Amino acid sequence: MEKIKIEKLSLVFGKGKSKALKMLDEGKSKAEILEATGCNVAVRDANLTINEGEIFVIMGLSGSGKSTLLRCINRLIEPTTGKIFVNNDEITRMSDKELLNIRRTELAMVFQHFGLLPHRTVLSNVAFGLELQGINRVDRDKKAEETIELVGLKGYENQKVSELSGGMQQRVGLARGLANAPEVLLMDEAFSALDPLIRSQMQDELLLLQEKMQKTILFITHDLEEAIKLGDRIAIMKDGVIVQVGNSEDIITNPADDYVKSFVENVDRSKIVTAGTIMFEKPKLARLKKDGPAVVLRTMRDIGVTSLPVVRTNRTFLGFVKIEDVVDLKKKEIKTIESIIRDSVMTVNPDTTVEDMLPLLSKTNLPIPVVNEDNHLLGVVTPTSLIAETTGKDTIEIDEIIQKAIAL
Amino acid sequence: MIIGQYIEDGVNWLTDNFSGVFDGINTGMSSLIQVIESVWIGLPFYVTIALFTGVALWKAGRSNAILTLLGLVFIYFTGFWEETMQTFSLVLASAIIALAIGIPLGIWSAKNRTANSIIRPILDFMQTMPAFVYLIPAVLFFGLGTVPGAFATIIFAMPPVVRLTSLGIQQVPEDIVEATKAFGATPQQLLVKVQLPLAMPTILAGVNQTIMMSLSMVVIASMIGAKGLGEIVLQGISQLRIGLGFESGLAVVLLAIILDRITQNLGTKQKK
Ligand SMILES: Nc1ncnc2c1ncn2[C@@H]1O[C@H](COP(=O)(O)OP(=O)(O)OP(=O)(O)O)[C@@H](O)[C@H]1O
Ligand SMILES: [Mg+2]
Repeated sequence: MEKIKIEKLSLVFGKGKSKALKMLDEGKSKAEILEATGCNVAVRDANLTINEGEIFVIMGLSGSGKSTLLRCINRLIEPTTGKIFVNNDEITRMSDKELLNIRRTELAMVFQHFGLLPHRTVLSNVAFGLELQGINRVDRDKKAEETIELVGLKGYENQKVSELSGGMQQRVGLARGLANAPEVLLMDEAFSALDPLIRSQMQDELLLLQEKMQKTILFITHDLEEAIKLGDRIAIMKDGVIVQVGNSEDIITNPADDYVKSFVENVDRSKIVTAGTIMFEKPKLARLKKDGPAVVLRTMRDIGVTSLPVVRTNRTFLGFVKIEDVVDLKKKEIKTIESIIRDSVMTVNPDTTVEDMLPLLSKTNLPIPVVNEDNHLLGVVTPTSLIAETTGKDTIEIDEIIQKAIAL
Repeated sequence: MIIGQYIEDGVNWLTDNFSGVFDGINTGMSSLIQVIESVWIGLPFYVTIALFTGVALWKAGRSNAILTLLGLVFIYFTGFWEETMQTFSLVLASAIIALAIGIPLGIWSAKNRTANSIIRPILDFMQTMPAFVYLIPAVLFFGLGTVPGAFATIIFAMPPVVRLTSLGIQQVPEDIVEATKAFGATPQQLLVKVQLPLAMPTILAGVNQTIMMSLSMVVIASMIGAKGLGEIVLQGISQLRIGLGFESGLAVVLLAIILDRITQNLGTKQKK
């Protein structure tokens, strides 16, 4: 179910917005508009749908408009044009009072630099949102204490926040957001100010919490690793434009343009790319009952391979046959290939990552069969493409390397 | 001089048409001053000294408490105790009014651009004027005496607390203000729960400056008839009695140091 919907949202900073908007409609670039009007187009014609219970990551370089887009959702920044809906209520048309109310109850925010009140204790920071709602002290402290325990800060209730480490301060920030029991969490580079170890720990904990809570989380980052780890889906922004939306694998394997490509270049693909993506679909097959040794041999010669997967007529995977066995069989004039099937082969499913397939290479030089839950063959991953995926070299180079290795 | 003529006409017009207002202010201020004066002059000197020393000990630490004690005992032995208490009462009354007007003005100018662009140049103007100049309108509106002295003092002493209140609020980090808004704070909640508490040290620095400027102006205001130590200093000068001038001057300095030490530490927690 969709939770947040953003329609044709644009945001222009500066004076003389109407001219800038007109130029936007004419399709002029950000630089042209800045030149002509002095206006800065921070978000341009953004359309997004964010589903209930997902972690949606917005990623992009500094200045690409991520924070601005996020702040439009709770109207900390007023959108110039466009509509935003939360639970089908149009945020962009709400009165001040309705807006305060939705900020208090549905849209909590967590900030890069925490934004905590340094003169207050952990407890009264966490209870702050409830205090603003006018909830009495006993009730709000009780709620705050529960949330503090949830984020692992039990025992720190009465410390001043300025005395805590960055990681702990952000736990307070997170707890403050959660104490309101909001349905949506808006997190603007919430972990970017933390050192790497703490950061990764916080990511793990957020995922753990999310399993329990099932909130809708909008998470902003400029770090791809973080986006991949947290994001169910990822949107990539460039100069105010959303250039691509998809899950991490879509974005890594099918970058929409060079900007996205430059983002994903350095990522460790082996953890993300799966068998389903790199497998060779509809490989040539040997069918158990129908294809005798002669047919199999011809198919092998046609496509220049030394082995073929064997299936039943309903595509159930049985194993491989190798060319030397088939030749043997043909000499002996046996008509079926049943006796030479090598069935001690490890299969994988389409979601298996490259990282998990690599160990299989050491056990066999056969392709790796990809099957579904009914053991039907979907495709094969060849050793060459697997190595290509991990090393980033192309398949021709790899083949050359293998040939050389064999020659030695 | 034509300008002088205009000003004179203007002031006459004001006093003619608003004499009721000025009379009201006059009565109000003079009764406030009288109440405060009667308290401080009425208290036996040792009680007052004990009170001051106690507050100094509480807020400003032991060495400042000793300084306060010695300073007040010295003032007592100069024989100007009553004048010192008159001066102190006038400072207190003027400072209370200056703060009561100045802090809200500071808040307003921090929150409202238009207000800021009107208030700021006025403050600049006020701070570049020599202190004596404030005596003129005070006399024109209220004649001679303690009330015009207090009036001039209030005007003279107000700018620092306005400025520092405004500065303190503007200095509250933007991310904290943003976070507060994001959780659904109304502008009042933002002010009371976040901006004022975080601006408090700066505002209190303004309070300290306003009190110190009140003291310096109260002394000058004796030129137009305000009572207290200033009168004695003036006597010393006009009659060329160097000893008298020196003693009363020293009492002013001591009172200034004591007030400064105590109010400087208002914002900080109790010291060891
Ligand atoms: N208050 C403002 N007034 C004018 N321009 C602004 C304002 N805030 C942001 N901008 C501009 O809008 C654009 C988008 O800024 P935004 O802060 O949304 O980027 P971001 O993607 O969050 O970057 P970062 O990773 O640095 O946080 C930038 O060009 C920025 O300079
Ligand atoms: Mg940002």
